[in-house]
Amino acid sequence: MVGIVLVSHSPLIAEGTLDLVRQMVGDKVSIEIAAGTSDGRLGTSAEEIEKKIRKVYSGDGVLVMVDLGSAVLSAELAIENLGEPLRSAAVIADAPFVEGTIAAAIEASFGKSLAEVKAAAEGVRSYSKLG
Amino acid sequence: MAVDSAKLIDIIKAIADKITENREYLTELDSAIGDADHGINMSKGFKVVVERISGMEGKDCGTILKTVGMALVSTVGGASGPLYGTAFMRAGQAVDGKNQLNFEDLILLMEAALEGIKYRGKAGRGEKTIVDALEPAVEALKLHREKGFEAALKEAVEAAKRGMEDTKNIMAKKGRASYLGERSLGHQDPGATSCYLMIETMALQLLGDKKA
Repeated sequence: MVGIVLVSHSPLIAEGTLDLVRQMVGDKVSIEIAAGTSDGRLGTSAEEIEKKIRKVYSGDGVLVMVDLGSAVLSAELAIENLGEPLRSAAVIADAPFVEGTIAAAIEASFGKSLAEVKAAAEGVRSYSKLG
Repeated sequence: MAVDSAKLIDIIKAIADKITENREYLTELDSAIGDADHGINMSKGFKVVVERISGMEGKDCGTILKTVGMALVSTVGGASGPLYGTAFMRAGQAVDGKNQLNFEDLILLMEAALEGIKYRGKAGRGEKTIVDALEPAVEALKLHREKGFEAALKEAVEAAKRGMEDTKNIMAKKGRASYLGERSLGHQDPGATSCYLMIETMALQLLGDKKA
């Protein structure tokens, strides 16, 4: 099953998002948080992201969800540092953080491929909230 | 110009001091157009840098620079972590295994740092970023290399300073400041400023008493 890593500047954003996701998929999907700095500031750490990608990786790939700016840069750096086979198995979704994570987790819970899970996350960009 | 590992460590420690002295100033610049953490993040990062490179005199210059990069990547928190982290790691790769650096090595490692930042940030000149101070400095080093390292280094510091000051006239296209659009005009970029401070400090260290 595809694993998911939530990369946010804020642990509160990541934890809140994970709460919403667990309502939908329970504990079926392996999801980890890499948010904030080790000394409690807002921010991201490539080292922490790398660690969490390794943790959720099960052979089927890892989708990395990112919020703003440095989350993207840190995630890209973390993936480059992974080494194979993980480097090719971890991808960043270009998607809204909350809605994208929910869509990705649902897709992953059905055992879909990494490409399908990523497409589900990125697909929410075209959803209209007002119908 | 000859820089051995001990001298390189001194230069990096001087940069760390400079960043810490300017912590409030950098944060103030960042509070105008960003998330008000550049000075805090950078001084936190360089504090760990100093801890990790202390006692590395026996290692080669490339290893020391890579250690700086890795420390910044894991501790800064903001975008400057992966950006400066990549810059220092690439600089380290460019002079891998060398126990002494000459002027040509300096050019090589500065070019590698610039390429690393542009690659990581997907940024070019004129986007109100670190690149606006760093690229002119690297160009000046190369343009004036025939004049010798002292003259070239002074030109590089001047070029970085002009580039930094010019960021006031640029609309931000990267990072948090880009959300401000044209309201980012009139403000000097914090990243370009920290980059200038690093270049100026490095030059002062390399030139000794001869003022940059």
